Amino acid sequence: MTDWTGIGISLLKAFLVFFGVVNVVPILVWAERRGSAFIQHRLGPNRVNIAGITLFGLVQPLADVVKFIWKEDYVPSHANRAFYVLAPVMLLIPAAMTFAVIPFADDLVIAGRTIKMQVADLNVGILYVFALTSLAVYGIVLAGWSSNNKYSLLGAIRSSAQMISYELALGLSVVGILMIYASVQLDDIVRGQGELLFGILPKWGVVTQPVAFFLFLAAIFAESNRLPFDLPEAENELVVGYHTEYSAMKFAIFFMAEYMAMVTGAMLIVTLFFGGWQIPWVESAELKATVGEIPAFLLQLGAFSAKVLFFLWLFIWVRWTLPRFRYDQLMRLGWKAILPLALANLFVTGIVLYFT
Amino acid sequence: MVFKDAALTPEELPKTTPVPDPHGGRLPTGVSLEPLGVHGELTSVARGTALEVERHIVEEEGLSVDPLSEDLMVVNIGPSHPAMHGTFRLKCWLDGETIVKAIPEIGYLHRCFEKMAELHPWQEIFPYTDRLNYMSSFLNNVGYAMAVEKLLGIEIPKRAQRIRVILGELSRIMDHFVCVGTNLVDLGALTNFWYLFRGREEIYSLMEHVSGARMMVAYGRIGGLMRDVHAGFEEEARALLKSLPRYIDDVDRLITDNRIFIDRARGVHAISPEDAIDWGWTGPCLRAAGVAYDVRKAHPYYDYDKFEWQVPVGTTGDVYDRYLVRMEEMRQSLSIVEQALDDLPDGPVNVDDWTIAPPPKDAVYNTIEGMVAHFKLTFEGVQVPAGEVYSYTEGGNGELGFYIVSEGAGLPYRIHCRAPCFAIYQNIGQSLEGCMLSDIVAIVGSLNVIAGELDR
Repeated sequence: MTDWTGIGISLLKAFLVFFGVVNVVPILVWAERRGSAFIQHRLGPNRVNIAGITLFGLVQPLADVVKFIWKEDYVPSHANRAFYVLAPVMLLIPAAMTFAVIPFADDLVIAGRTIKMQVADLNVGILYVFALTSLAVYGIVLAGWSSNNKYSLLGAIRSSAQMISYELALGLSVVGILMIYASVQLDDIVRGQGELLFGILPKWGVVTQPVAFFLFLAAIFAESNRLPFDLPEAENELVVGYHTEYSAMKFAIFFMAEYMAMVTGAMLIVTLFFGGWQIPWVESAELKATVGEIPAFLLQLGAFSAKVLFFLWLFIWVRWTLPRFRYDQLMRLGWKAILPLALANLFVTGIVLYFT
Repeated sequence: MVFKDAALTPEELPKTTPVPDPHGGRLPTGVSLEPLGVHGELTSVARGTALEVERHIVEEEGLSVDPLSEDLMVVNIGPSHPAMHGTFRLKCWLDGETIVKAIPEIGYLHRCFEKMAELHPWQEIFPYTDRLNYMSSFLNNVGYAMAVEKLLGIEIPKRAQRIRVILGELSRIMDHFVCVGTNLVDLGALTNFWYLFRGREEIYSLMEHVSGARMMVAYGRIGGLMRDVHAGFEEEARALLKSLPRYIDDVDRLITDNRIFIDRARGVHAISPEDAIDWGWTGPCLRAAGVAYDVRKAHPYYDYDKFEWQVPVGTTGDVYDRYLVRMEEMRQSLSIVEQALDDLPDGPVNVDDWTIAPPPKDAVYNTIEGMVAHFKLTFEGVQVPAGEVYSYTEGGNGELGFYIVSEGAGLPYRIHCRAPCFAIYQNIGQSLEGCMLSDIVAIVGSLNVIAGELDR
């Protein structure tokens, strides 16, 4: 018999997560603009209003979206039309699909039915994430190539080299985590981080794998093309890199994909290294017994969101603090620093795990 | 010349698309010119493929590798490009991201400054000088005024000298703010830019209160200044002395020791002192190369030798040293401003000569001599004796010289401006070879090439 309720719940989860993430994007844009203004002694957007209500400038993203929609959707005559149109989609879809495996709360038990707070608990977990983030490079390369513009092409070349190099570092830095928690399923990894280490420290990834955390952080910055690794865009060198020729909603989609990649990055950092939805020093089962099923779920969701928001703010903060790498320096960092360090970390982790 | 466009049928139209000859009449090898009927009188068409034309340019410019076989990519940086602050163009042949050959092209902002100057009375040239290095317009005023005053053989009152020093040094700080700020923006560090531009806005406010304009002040005059500074000038300037160091320190703390910035700037575009001198470099870029030449020290004017200050010099002349020299120069300038403010005498700000500076309104309205002087000055302008003179000051980017020839009339016979940018930008083509594409933005930003001054 088909479990219609189960399918309904899955669809609802998929919709809610996608809806939530898509809506985080304009808020992030607002946070970026207000945050950068805060860092730079400025005010930032604070004028746009609906009937006098500005909401600290939160109406601005709304105006931006309206503007993007009404702009002329222009395709340059020298562009390869099919790929030119396809590229933003190719970038957005993987970015939007990554969230499926991120657990955002403990299982919810309602009316005897256990609902996993995760769109899909894939047994390949983290590998699925890496597979999808690698796909993003196709969108960028296609965009750069089909635009038939030299700046775009240079941006695309930089991007493909950068993403492939850092993908490796990204993957290797996580292997230590997989060894310690003995699973590639993100749900298991988060559960593993709920325990206490030596009775005082939460057994978070950042505690058990501090080196991996920093390597992963650097690699995830590179993966999401944010400063100091925003070479594919590099406004002052390549105009705006691979999306130089894009305008209107197509540009907005690139923009959205970039921010979604940022959200993915933050969620992955939290899930792998900061205990996911775990509230430190509070066991999930105890919490549920004390405050009840739904409040516990909300608390965990809140903890997860708070951690993610912190890392999103870190993304913004770093962007407005650091200058940009040069292409060769970026490659050197990726291949000669992060990769060997990740391997060494893996080696040490292996030895420690063997003797314990 | 015949224009016959209305009667042409489609068959009569030339078969090839007419394009203007891009090489100023020089013909690529194996390329022929032939008249094209009606259009032949207007334009000639280079019959050759784009690649042949490209190869021709490369041969002409002495590129060692074949652009076709080596698969070089031609990229135009500018004239409209985010990192080209102003309009100038660099045509680069790239091998991957490495520059094999770069050819600078200037003149996009040519405004005939020198020709215009020949058509205007001496006093009316000040607004044009504002637009040379528009980042520090008052320094240009001072440079030009000093040249004319030298030819006239007059010395301006002490108070005017001090005000020129104060506003000039503040202009220099603005210039360095813009240079350092935009240089860092090009490297991706936008925040520093805003820190510095906030300071620049504060200086602009002072300039506005003094002269009425924020950017194009036109405050200098032959024989002194447009008018005396407003009451409360001293307090405002002292307030700046308090607030500006904060912005400089903010940037200093944020970026000077930043590893990424050091990696991007250290050793990039280093130049030896000999080369820098040979290329005619002056200003912060020369001092970064280790030559302690500053016009204010070497040939002091306006009591610069009486103030206590130092000339910072670098060691390697790379982008990082230029940054350090500019940061230190801003601090030295602040110190000069402070000393000049402490020693700001009372008195007139214009020479007491009614043939040079306009008489006071009281004299114009109530005495016949004043009326006549005002009339003559307005209609005939300042009468500069015949002769020629070269006068030079330390501008924002280096030695700003004015070579002036007068025939003794109300208009200059010839004015030549020795723009520091022009000399600094001379070797950009050669020196970029072997650099990365990303280095261009760091280098051009650190040279502080201002298109208004470069093209004049």
